[in-house]
Amino acid sequence: MRLQGKNLTVRYPGAPHPSLEAVSLDVEPGTLYAVLGPNGSGKSTLMRALLGTVPLETGEVEIDGLPLEAWRRRDLAQAVGAVTQHESAAFPIGVRELVAMGRYPHLGTLRAPGDRDRELVEAAMIRCDVDHMADRDVGTLSGGEHQRVRIARALAQDPRALILDEPTASLDIRHEMEILRLLRHSADQGITVLLITHHLDLAARFADRLLLLGCGRLAAEGSPAEVFRAEVLEAVYGWPVEVLVDERTGAPRVIPLS
Amino acid sequence: MTRRPGLAAAILALAALLAAFAGVRFGPVAFTGEEFLSILLGGGDPLDRFFVLELRLPRVVLGLLVGGGLALAGAVFQALLRNPLAEPYILGISGGAAAGAVGVLALGLAGAASWYLPGAAFAGALLAIALVFGVAASADRRLDVRVLLLSGVVVGAFFSAVIALVLALSDAPTVRGAVMWMMGSLSGASWRTVGIVAAYTVPAGLFLLALARPLNLMAIGEDTASYLGTNVEGTKRIAYGVASLVAAAGVAFVGVIGFVGLVVPHGVRLVVGPDHRILLPLSALAGGGFLVLADLGARTVFAPTEIPIGVITAFVGVPFFLLLLRRSLRA
Repeated sequence: MRLQGKNLTVRYPGAPHPSLEAVSLDVEPGTLYAVLGPNGSGKSTLMRALLGTVPLETGEVEIDGLPLEAWRRRDLAQAVGAVTQHESAAFPIGVRELVAMGRYPHLGTLRAPGDRDRELVEAAMIRCDVDHMADRDVGTLSGGEHQRVRIARALAQDPRALILDEPTASLDIRHEMEILRLLRHSADQGITVLLITHHLDLAARFADRLLLLGCGRLAAEGSPAEVFRAEVLEAVYGWPVEVLVDERTGAPRVIPLS
Repeated sequence: MTRRPGLAAAILALAALLAAFAGVRFGPVAFTGEEFLSILLGGGDPLDRFFVLELRLPRVVLGLLVGGGLALAGAVFQALLRNPLAEPYILGISGGAAAGAVGVLALGLAGAASWYLPGAAFAGALLAIALVFGVAASADRRLDVRVLLLSGVVVGAFFSAVIALVLALSDAPTVRGAVMWMMGSLSGASWRTVGIVAAYTVPAGLFLLALARPLNLMAIGEDTASYLGTNVEGTKRIAYGVASLVAAAGVAFVGVIGFVGLVVPHGVRLVVGPDHRILLPLSALAGGGFLVLADLGARTVFAPTEIPIGVITAFVGVPFFLLLLRRSLRA
């Protein structure tokens, strides 16, 4: 499934500058596409623009070649799984119950979940290593556990594309690597993955293409080697860096200088 | 978090049935078992038949409808506004209804035609709903639930001031009548009122039950609800409107009955969990049974004097709720 944004501009009410300004991107089917940028550079706004939860000042979004407006909300949810940065349930809810909500787009208003729905929910929980806490209250989980539960819910949607906003932000090394490998594997299976992250090195190592945002504008786009140039990164992040190539992985690495 | 919703549903259904039976069977006028049975079978003294079939039975049915409607609306508002303190009245609905009713009472029109009082109360509730909705919907064409909540509280406060002004300018019997109305009573029940309230509550209630999944998602968060296939703005508008109408229809005929819309959904949620597919129908069942029992208490505890039903719902509802809360905190 292809995700395209053309000339996207978003301005929040009362803000002097657009949060996203004339950004275009084209995420090919089956690629792992990482969006990078400093705090407030418009990464989450880009996600909301692609998913239609923020009004566009200019530009258009096409998903699978179809304009976003032509998608019914439910059809979109069957095709695209999204994990937001934060989420807090208003009332206590169990882990399995929350993951099972990933099946809602496929069930509609009244249909009861069947065997396949239950299997997908259990499989998603296993893949995200949350099956052993299936009966726990989500409110008692750590930040990282909660994040894995929400990734499991997106997987239970059985989507053709995934959009994730800093999904590994509070995960330990092992779980972060497991989620990134899972996303890499998903992309290799043909699922389009758009990953918003602050982890430059891991993005360079796992992603096919990178998009670097600075102050709502596109600063660089391309393969990791193309985007990871010291002068570009220094300008965007406002901090001196050195770019090396990791001998083990062959991917570029960023060393912040002091 | 192992729960047995089937068991809870069976127990609640049985309890509501028993409550309804007790509501018809018992009252200030006592019948023997034989007398009661013959009344149900179509015989008995005509006056006794009138007591049971024309006074108590419609009262019980009205109690089931209004109690069920208030609890259902409360559960919907709590999910929609993502706020555990939300209840039908927090959106100014009761304030508007009470202001309408008090206005009619103060003008001495309540006796003129039987529908003036509920009509004015319903109109007041609709005015409050429209005001709150108008304020909340004007900003950015999205309905901000925080604005909804705040404007509800503020509109309610405005109507309270209207009521206080009218009461200050009224004589003592009017004030007493208004205060009694505001504390709620099912004594105005007749088959006609049952018909009117049912015409609102039953279809609206069924509609709200069908919103269970979108409400599950709304309780998680608006963006996530959207990404899981919910039309968030549409759901907010229609759920707000329909739940408000259910509450308004109830309030118009029985006055302001607090606690049912707040306490019952919480109590049911503590037992069966947050899934609205189970929570909504069971809240309606529990709210209906609870209000019928509260009405039985209101009629019989100080018989022949009838006390406001709101007193009973608070006296029983508060300790029961605190007990449930304590139990859930321990678990």
